[in-house]
Amino acid sequence: MAETMGLVQDVSATPSRVPPIVQVDDLHVRFVSKDATVYAVNGVSFTLDPGEVLCILGESGSGKSVTLRALMRLLPRKRAVINGRVIVDGHDILSLSTSALSRVRGEIVSMIFQEPMTALDPVYSIGEQITETVRRHEKIGRAAAEARALELLELVQIPSAKRRLKAFPHELSGGLRQRAMIAIALSCRPRVLLADEPTTALDATVQIQILLLLRQLQKELGMSVIFVTHDLGVAGEIADRITVMYGGRFVEEGPTTAVMRDPLHPYTRGLLASTVHGQMHRERLRTIEGSPPNMEMLPAACSFAPRCRYAVDRCLEGVPDLHRPFPNRSARCIRLEEIGSMT
Amino acid sequence: MANYILRRLLYAIPIAIGVTVICFSLIYLGPSDPIAAVMPDEASAADVQRIREAYGFDKPVPVQYALWLMRAVQGDFGNSLQSNRPVLDELIPALQNTLRLAVFAAALSFAIAVVVGSVAAYSQGTWLDKTVTSFAITGVSVPHYWVAIMLVIVFAVELGWLPAMGMGTGSSRDWAWDAEHMKALILPVISLSLIPAGIITRTTRASVLEVLSHDYVETLRAKGLSEATVLRHVLKNASPTVLAVTGLQFGHLLGGSILIETVFVWPGTGFLLNESIFKRDLPVLQGTILVLAMFFVFVNLTVDIMQTWLDPRIKRD
Repeated sequence: MAETMGLVQDVSATPSRVPPIVQVDDLHVRFVSKDATVYAVNGVSFTLDPGEVLCILGESGSGKSVTLRALMRLLPRKRAVINGRVIVDGHDILSLSTSALSRVRGEIVSMIFQEPMTALDPVYSIGEQITETVRRHEKIGRAAAEARALELLELVQIPSAKRRLKAFPHELSGGLRQRAMIAIALSCRPRVLLADEPTTALDATVQIQILLLLRQLQKELGMSVIFVTHDLGVAGEIADRITVMYGGRFVEEGPTTAVMRDPLHPYTRGLLASTVHGQMHRERLRTIEGSPPNMEMLPAACSFAPRCRYAVDRCLEGVPDLHRPFPNRSARCIRLEEIGSMT
Repeated sequence: MANYILRRLLYAIPIAIGVTVICFSLIYLGPSDPIAAVMPDEASAADVQRIREAYGFDKPVPVQYALWLMRAVQGDFGNSLQSNRPVLDELIPALQNTLRLAVFAAALSFAIAVVVGSVAAYSQGTWLDKTVTSFAITGVSVPHYWVAIMLVIVFAVELGWLPAMGMGTGSSRDWAWDAEHMKALILPVISLSLIPAGIITRTTRASVLEVLSHDYVETLRAKGLSEATVLRHVLKNASPTVLAVTGLQFGHLLGGSILIETVFVWPGTGFLLNESIFKRDLPVLQGTILVLAMFFVFVNLTVDIMQTWLDPRIKRD
């Protein structure tokens, strides 16, 4: 185990040499409507290295999907206000023109979604949905694009790929649909793949297949992947690095094995304690008391404090900074050391 | 696909039979005896009986129906009680005249409604959307014969640009695709388009909005497709609903508008129906309603088939 630890840390130590492919600085997203303003993302910063798999872990409403969408500005223009800086492969996403942005989407960064049932256009065949993407980004003819589509379906291991090109989404099972979705996302060999809970809507057995496929494709194509999930097991399976999101902020970040084995932030501890794992036979699962914060009025304090059993008055005095007790590890909690010595 | 079309055709048969039964029953649903309507008051009972037998009214009702149906499928709807000419001779020119109005009115309202409805949906909640929606509601609610009269006052009486009535020189059977006849089309077509345009606009707006709320629109944008391509996807998804409504509206237009055809003295089916009702000309009424109902069935069938071609999920039984 110590060896794997070292290995993981070595991998995450490389970034200093290679420039990151994704760089996010102080990202803020809020949704403005007549009745309310929802502060979905409140100062997120991170980098992603070429070939790295980062997992954003969090419960519903923590801002993880919004963060992901902000990376390709895929948020409703009228309602979403995005601030900060997002650089993907040298493109300043937030200041690109609409047409320049549409060039980056699909070609440099692409996304797969949670619900393969609803994320595919029901009235176009799988083949058409792939070829139109290819032909949008590359100057190739219809026949070449169709050949590429077939290759892609084979790449994502869809059986009888040739026949499936003509299939419509409703004619495929959930797993095959998600594979088709992946094929579409990969159709222009993007450098960064964003995955928004791509396995959540699938059966457990299919989940594993899709995860393994994604990991294999990531290795083969050398893509960087940002994977959003609320499922710790999924995160442990696929990620090099995990970041935990709560109340629109990253509250903990670190190499997967380290975070899973030795969580720093009280919220991450709570998450791990409330998850089923190997040795827990007949043990009672612990839940995190209380409910997630109201994103319409976040206090200028630690947003987890109201649910935290280690919370003291000091926790309410301001948003905690990121503390870095170890190399490559960070957590947004002012009592890290005290809590560490308590357990 | 061929299977589906065949099945739809088979479904149309009972509908068609039902239509013929209703048309035939019109004779007995009317407020007066059709024979009494054509016979002079002083006619003797023997004369009435003779006419009754000549027209087959003495036979049992099912037999009358069978005989009528057999003739009807051969295009023989009997003779007009009024002019004594075959019903078909009256019906065909009227149908042609109405068809000219209906095709143009349907095309015009569809073209306007799809553009305007999509624009409204894309700018949901803005003043543009509100303007379009209020125009659409006005189009549906304002009495279209009143608009027709206003149009006549402005463009025919005051400005003198367009004819106030009729369908150009010559009799109702002499149509030609020339400037003069086309001019006569303009005002009735605009008046007839109001209601369908309003209804189709609102349907388009609602369906486009519904489609825009789907996840796959986000996927299309995430693939980097241009907004024009995204719009093509959105419209294809919205089209089955819009087409269904357009088909219904076209069916209504084929029936001819009694009011509009009266305002413009346009000798179409609406005009013919109106006339035959007032003159109790049952064979003409029966024949006209039957043919129009069959057109309606046919239009709906066409829409159904087009929908399966646009949305592959429909043919999955």
